[in-house]
Amino acid sequence: MTVQKSLTRRGVKVLIRFVRTHPKPFSVAMVGAVLYAGAAVLGTIVLGRLTDKVLAPSFDGGVSASRVWFFVAAIVIAALLRSAGVILRRYSAAVTSRRMQVTLRSAITEKYLAAPMSWLRDTPTGQLLAHADSDVEAAVEAINPLPLSLGLVALIVFAVISLVSADPVLSLIGLCLFPSLFVLNRFYTHRIEAPAAAAQACVGAVSAIAHESFDGVMVVKSLGLESHEVDRLAAAADRLQTERLKIGRLRAVFEPLLDVLPSLGAIAVLAVGAWRVSNGAMTPGDMVQVIATFNLLAFPMRVLGFLLEEISRSVVAMDRIDGVLSAPSVPVPTQAKSLPDGLLSLECDDLGYSFTESDVVLEGCCLRVEPGEVVALVGVTGTGKSTLCELFAGMMSQDSGSLRVGGTAYQELSTEDLHREVALVFQESFLFADTVLENLTFGTASSEDAARALRVAQADRFVAALGDGLETVLGERGVTLSGGQRQRIALARALARNPRVLILDDATSAIDPIVEARILDGLRNEFSVTTLIVAHRVSTIALADRVAILRQGRIAATGTHAELLATDADYRALVYAYEHEGKAVS
Amino acid sequence: MTPPIDPVAEELLSIQHSYESSHREDESDQDDEEISGTLAVLRLGLKTSPELKRGIWITIAFAFIVAFGRLLIPILIQQVLDRGFRGGKFNGSFVYAACGATALAVLSLAALSRLSYMRLVRAAEATMFALRVRVFEHIHRLSMAEHTESRKGVLVARVTSDIETLARFAQWGGISWIINSTVIVLTVIVMTTYSWVLTLVVVLAFVPALPVLRFMQRRQLRAYDEVRTKTADMLAEVSEMVTGIAVVRGYGLEARARTRIRQRIEALLRAHLRAARYFAAMFTIGDIFGSIALGGVTAVAVFHGDVIGIGLGETVAFLFLVQVLLNPIAELSEILDLTQTAVAGWRKVLAVLEIPVDVADPVVSEGATRNPLPDGSLSVQVRGVDFAYRQGDLVLLDVSVEIPAGARVAVVGETGSGKTTFAKILCRIADPVAGVVLVGGVALHEVDGMSRRKAIRMVPQDGFLFDTSVRENVRFGSPGASDSEIDAAFLSLGLQWWVDGLVDGLETAAGERGDNLSVGERQLVALARAQLSGAGLLVLDEATSAVDPETERALSDALDRLAAGRTTVTIAHRLSTAEASDLVLVFDKGRLVEQGRHDDLSVGAGTYAKLYQSWLGNTRNQANAEVIE
Repeated sequence: MTVQKSLTRRGVKVLIRFVRTHPKPFSVAMVGAVLYAGAAVLGTIVLGRLTDKVLAPSFDGGVSASRVWFFVAAIVIAALLRSAGVILRRYSAAVTSRRMQVTLRSAITEKYLAAPMSWLRDTPTGQLLAHADSDVEAAVEAINPLPLSLGLVALIVFAVISLVSADPVLSLIGLCLFPSLFVLNRFYTHRIEAPAAAAQACVGAVSAIAHESFDGVMVVKSLGLESHEVDRLAAAADRLQTERLKIGRLRAVFEPLLDVLPSLGAIAVLAVGAWRVSNGAMTPGDMVQVIATFNLLAFPMRVLGFLLEEISRSVVAMDRIDGVLSAPSVPVPTQAKSLPDGLLSLECDDLGYSFTESDVVLEGCCLRVEPGEVVALVGVTGTGKSTLCELFAGMMSQDSGSLRVGGTAYQELSTEDLHREVALVFQESFLFADTVLENLTFGTASSEDAARALRVAQADRFVAALGDGLETVLGERGVTLSGGQRQRIALARALARNPRVLILDDATSAIDPIVEARILDGLRNEFSVTTLIVAHRVSTIALADRVAILRQGRIAATGTHAELLATDADYRALVYAYEHEGKAVS
Repeated sequence: MTPPIDPVAEELLSIQHSYESSHREDESDQDDEEISGTLAVLRLGLKTSPELKRGIWITIAFAFIVAFGRLLIPILIQQVLDRGFRGGKFNGSFVYAACGATALAVLSLAALSRLSYMRLVRAAEATMFALRVRVFEHIHRLSMAEHTESRKGVLVARVTSDIETLARFAQWGGISWIINSTVIVLTVIVMTTYSWVLTLVVVLAFVPALPVLRFMQRRQLRAYDEVRTKTADMLAEVSEMVTGIAVVRGYGLEARARTRIRQRIEALLRAHLRAARYFAAMFTIGDIFGSIALGGVTAVAVFHGDVIGIGLGETVAFLFLVQVLLNPIAELSEILDLTQTAVAGWRKVLAVLEIPVDVADPVVSEGATRNPLPDGSLSVQVRGVDFAYRQGDLVLLDVSVEIPAGARVAVVGETGSGKTTFAKILCRIADPVAGVVLVGGVALHEVDGMSRRKAIRMVPQDGFLFDTSVRENVRFGSPGASDSEIDAAFLSLGLQWWVDGLVDGLETAAGERGDNLSVGERQLVALARAQLSGAGLLVLDEATSAVDPETERALSDALDRLAAGRTTVTIAHRLSTAEASDLVLVFDKGRLVEQGRHDDLSVGAGTYAKLYQSWLGNTRNQANAEVIE
């Protein structure tokens, strides 16, 4: 109960926040809700007056045709006003909730662009997508019934005025009926909460079993576990059925009760009303008006229960969204120095980085790549080669020590400068689902640069062979490239920016060694670039000017390939191991 | 008793429906074509779920009586107005008797309605339960050919969201259909007993509403389609940004990503607002046409009341009856869409049940026994085998090979060459479309399922584990195995040190899909499973992804021990595996193009030789490097 209460209180805060963000459409929706309330009560008054002024006299003698048409017009106009109210309310409520979705989605995606890489890596992709999709969808859902619920207040006020003016005695019946309906409803929604939540949990359980079972279908099949799996699902489905039946049983009691109360109210009105009409205390029209008003008010009490349900879902979804929005943003450097012209050196000094307190990746790492030099970075899996590359590419900030390019510390460089001059090519060659050209230039690099980049990356020939050449669309709806081709495009993408520092993080692993050698030759001849290259294959390592070995978070040794082979037994073992582990047939 | 338009039921349904409409799954599979037409779906559905038909007529009879309850108040109004004031004098005894009788009727109908509601709910839930279990079981019995990676999501949806759509419909829609249509029928009947002329007026006023409603609904559905497309576009863009975030950040492409996502978000907003127009207007149609009916009834009753013989009470009752009609009409037009969704879901579910189960255990005919497989290592003969996935080209073409018992076989070939499919056929996870497979001299499709699973073991590349302890995961392979037998399996594979290193030993939880263990460790569990079963034929899918050196050593050591005294067929991703085997099978584009020993195949210009040469490319460079040294 207290949980529900605090949830409701937080729900109100969430709703106020929504309304404050988009007050205009919400105000229009409220105008619509009040218009509906007024027109609905007006309709009941028209019905009552129609009975007294038109129908009753017509059977006693007659009424003028103009009066009849006046009332016919009044009936239709009341309906049109009601409709106008409904349209205004529903449309504007939709505008409010959809605009709020835009607000939330923009904020969430903006956060994805600004949050630290480590945060993004720690959050599963599916979850990042769910925040922008179902969480946003669920968060704003409570906006839709809100104007109707708030409009209820107006409806009740108008209805009570109309009732009292029609007949104070009969309005007493209404004053007993409405609160009892409200209480009954509250009780109902409260009782149904637990089984509804339980049923939702059961749906989740059923779904989890189906997912797991079909994911592991190979194991299920090869071990003959089909009946075991069916039993498991049947048990979960049975629990779901039990919870659903509980809900059904509650509904079967409350739904008819909620129907019965207004009917009993109407019967009471008729019994008392007929007596008062015979006394001349009221007219038949008053009685009709009161019954019609009862009809109007009997059901809306239910919307409150519905709103409460939606509010709790909104709160849960908003909690998750706020969790995203409160993630840190990477600070933007305030003062920006510019880099010197010509070739740039790349260095790190006493560099430290850790994922968590206990999971230290780099510690006291020192490395200097001279301007124009090609250095190969080697080390066993999990020593932090990729982390070092990403630090050098400015994708995250170090915990301790310093990073410098061209002698300038990273924190003194603008992000744009850094990303223009230092290009990282990743292990996983992610390409955008767009044309080859767009993937190379992103609308900024020139097409000559793109052409040269493609040529040096040894990608010009196969791109030309694609259906539409540079205009060929890649990705799911377009052409699928092989791993090596993707890597070559990814490399060309980096080269098209004419970077002065190039970092290749195992970015040539799927490329044939002969082609790779040609690529590195082209790089030396046509680009003046400082290169750090993470490599596994001896063929790649042998092409570097110098080799740096990363071991236990620091650079353990540097030297030429030949020097290291001669002096470092671990290096020999490492290079030998690569030859046997790394190469795959398929 | 019904207000002009019940704003709550209206709101509840429409909100829920708008949400669903914009979230219907967007998938293009061809199942739907197989059962066309709503009636066909209904017929097949009722045949599949006999639970639904049980006692349906009693339920409908109940619904009629319950629906009658909604008409009691207008009738009472008519009675009181027409007969309560005979000749201007108040007829108290009649009024109180009528009111008392109606109150009694209302209460007893409420009790009956509880009964009828429970019947409906029970039938619906029993149906959903049975259908869900049946579909789940059927999907598990489908051939592996149906369980492709791309269809996995679809199959899960059949058991979850599709059935949930049906369940939602069964809870709201089905009951609503029965009650509302009976209310409409009964209201029209009662109206006719008062005056057929006025009934005609009402019907004529409502007739033009139907095409308008239909028109609006079509437009609304189209608008929701647009919403779905734009939602998918928006998500695709966000998904691309999220998966490519490293590139976006590393290359400073934030502004580009921002612009593109904003565009998609705005396009979705426009689609939403277009749909909202219809969503907002739909409900006013019933009210507007209803008011025309009210006006028409008023005018006809006033101007021609004496001719058609209708009194004050009957006219007022008529006005209330028109309002009783409005609610079911509004609700049904709303539910029509929900119904279409449910029928679509039902069609998909039924279509899955229509897919034949093609790996069936042999039927035991009179006097015959199912063939068991012999103990010990098993020979394999494959003769003229073809295989195709559903609606696809042949992935295996006329494959024939003889594998002697106890041989170590390596299967190599590029991705998509058919080597994995070949392995699946050896385990009878899928049946060939032509040709025959003999294991231990027995035709595989005639082998008893229990015996087959014991004697032939597949160790998949992704060692999927269930969310339970490591020990239970091993036991799944041999139900009834004792704890000490499981311990012994690990021990005999030389894995005791690995078990000791686990947090809780064999009781360590594997986690969802086995996520608590690394890929290599999951394969170790799969190997222990195979060791425990004492299989005579092992089919192994070598891991392609990198495994840390320690686990790598443990794996190859355990594999060596496991392979002793067994026939092994390994889908090899490493040439070192092929080098060490007795027989290499080389697949290319679904054909077995070469077979023989590594030493024989690696010379010449064959497919295997080319694979080997590309590997040698590296070693040559290494040789160069050593020359420099």
